[in-house]
Amino acid sequence: MSMRFVDEYRSGDVAKRLVAGIEELTEPGRHYKIMEVCGGHTHAIYKHGVEDLLPPQVELVHGPGCPVCVIPMGRQDDAIAIAERPDVIFTTFGDMMRVPGSHGSLLDAKSRGADIRMVYSPLDALKVARDNPDRNVVFFAIGFETTTPSTAITLLRARAEGIRNFSLFANHVTIVPAIRAILDSPDLRLDGFIGPGHVSTVIGIRPFRFVARDFERPVVVSGFEPLDVLAGVHMVLTQLREGRAEVENQYSRVVRDEGNPVAMRAIAETMELRTTFEWRGLGFISQSALKLREEFADWDAEVLYEVPGVRVADPKACQCGEVLKGVIKPWECKVFGTACTPEHPIGTCMVSSEGACAAYYNYGRHAGRRRREEAPVPA
Amino acid sequence: MSAPDASPDPDRPPKRPRTEEEVLDAIEVRRRRPVRKLLDERITLSHGAGGKATHTLVEALFLAELRNPLLEPLTDSSVFSATENGQGPRLAFSTDSYVVRPLFFPGGDIGELAVNGTVNDLAMSGARPLYLSAGFIIEEGFPIVDLQRVAASMGAAARTAGVSVVTGDTKVVERGKADGLYVNTAGIGILERNLDLSTAAVRAGDQVIVSGTIGDHGMAVMIARGDLELEVELESDSAPLAGLTATLLDATDGVRCLRDPTRGGLATVLAELALTTELPIAIDEAALPVAPAVTGACEILGLDALYVANEGKLVAIVAPECTEAALAALRSHPLGAEAAIVAEVREISPDHPPGLVILETAFGGSRVVDMLAGDPLPRIC
Repeated sequence: MSMRFVDEYRSGDVAKRLVAGIEELTEPGRHYKIMEVCGGHTHAIYKHGVEDLLPPQVELVHGPGCPVCVIPMGRQDDAIAIAERPDVIFTTFGDMMRVPGSHGSLLDAKSRGADIRMVYSPLDALKVARDNPDRNVVFFAIGFETTTPSTAITLLRARAEGIRNFSLFANHVTIVPAIRAILDSPDLRLDGFIGPGHVSTVIGIRPFRFVARDFERPVVVSGFEPLDVLAGVHMVLTQLREGRAEVENQYSRVVRDEGNPVAMRAIAETMELRTTFEWRGLGFISQSALKLREEFADWDAEVLYEVPGVRVADPKACQCGEVLKGVIKPWECKVFGTACTPEHPIGTCMVSSEGACAAYYNYGRHAGRRRREEAPVPA
Repeated sequence: MSAPDASPDPDRPPKRPRTEEEVLDAIEVRRRRPVRKLLDERITLSHGAGGKATHTLVEALFLAELRNPLLEPLTDSSVFSATENGQGPRLAFSTDSYVVRPLFFPGGDIGELAVNGTVNDLAMSGARPLYLSAGFIIEEGFPIVDLQRVAASMGAAARTAGVSVVTGDTKVVERGKADGLYVNTAGIGILERNLDLSTAAVRAGDQVIVSGTIGDHGMAVMIARGDLELEVELESDSAPLAGLTATLLDATDGVRCLRDPTRGGLATVLAELALTTELPIAIDEAALPVAPAVTGACEILGLDALYVANEGKLVAIVAPECTEAALAALRSHPLGAEAAIVAEVREISPDHPPGLVILETAFGGSRVVDMLAGDPLPRIC
């Protein structure tokens, strides 16, 4: 990868031209709320200070698309229970290590002696299984459609190679039901959406048509460089200005309208929809997550291992649900920055680098202040 | 769970929702307060990551039990007089342990690192490093040929740095009780200049210079571990910096203080500096020297080069009128050829609250740069 490739999408001069265009598109006295669905966008927005550039009447609302954030505490407890089995090597993305369960995190379990290893992909976990034939290796599979295909392909490879000491604790979720839940929720008025770029590389842009058709809101599937986000905002505002509500693709250099059929086939071959699944803070959403198909039961950690499987209520003070729905800003949560900090998180949104609370605390907390001092938002 | 903190205004009625300003002010007040309580029950990898968890451990546990005026500033080395009456020469004393995996990586190995690391800790106080100790904790079954390589590499590094290893210790532990080899070094240096490099001298307007590209060591080691399946040509920058600091200190007396941005990277050094001085610092992202290979690997791994370790770079805080002389001196030395001004100490203002590091992004925005909460990163030094 060359640096120029990245720099091309981070040009301050191009940003200024886009911002001028955005300012022109806004109508005086109107306040715009645009939700970026994906945690990757939230991270990019804060990391590059995108909000600093936007006119104050354009507000970005952070959405539910943070894979770590939506895992409920009960599932984290199940993961820790599997990880603490002496015969198990538990493999996980680094982000999940610090997510609190009812009795501490995976990192705490590791310090008590559980064999927990950080990996960068499920294929790395499969390698751990190959290298440790006398141990049972479990991979903590999380994520939206972005990461589901690599889990599916790993599973197919495990079967093809006959690797029996490998299994998956599947927690893959799908983004569309979550967006629908937010649109159905009465507490929030949104003007449009920055659609999830990575997810769309897999599922394409068609699944978002209901947003435009049924809810009359523009969706612009966008990339993850700061200029992509600005361009996405520009395209949403253009639609609003022209009275349109359509699904558009800003990220066409990567996303094809029909998605990636090969990846979709791998998912369909290995997984099926759960009737319902609990999301942190959002509660149970029907047909919003995937489990392994029955023919893969030998690789399904939920079948192989007994887990508590208990639904655990979120800590009372934690308002991750409202943050994930965009109903409140991170700082409006009762425990933000006091009892809940990146060092001692209570909720998942404070753990993941894609979580709105962590992104705001670690990167954005000062920029927010400066924006308001320039032009206070009317109550 | 700890009790929620009192708001900055104790007379505030309890039920009124906090404004964003109040929330942010409370965070800054908390952040600047010394840490007194360790909430964790066991040591986790976070405590070794060099970020907030490490600080909490050191301040709330070690400093609490071992407190004395020389330890208190928690700098990389202590400076004291060789005689009790304070008339003797001033010495610098430092120690560091090395647990890097793999032991051999592109651009260096644990032996070279163990010499250079302690040499650099001494050099940052302005000292000329003289003598080192070396302690080896070796796992049963460790190949002698590898130990030979490590020792040879330490010898070569010591000769390059102009120091002698004058005392040492060897321990062997049962198989499985250590990951091959751990090395500890301690070192003594002498301060030959009449200067007192200290954060107390830092003023608004001071310029922050880094002596070259950032993140090379940490990224080279992470790639050498082979877990990432990335093929990138990148070498550790491991190097002794005493020659570079001497060149710099000869050229100007405007150097306020020096730091080596090892574990936690440039971001952590600047975040600590801002906290200690209670001054704001502004980083210019566009000015940061980063090798293209490091930028690329960081993009793929979701890391930030600002937090990736260096083992052959220094950060100099320099009075504004001496910046050009300092920059020229650094650039005249092979280890400082790519030196650049990357940040500035600012006056306290609404835009720049005390003790906070703000990064002005190349994109035209800004963000906070804080110490990491403590990610379980691989062992890189």
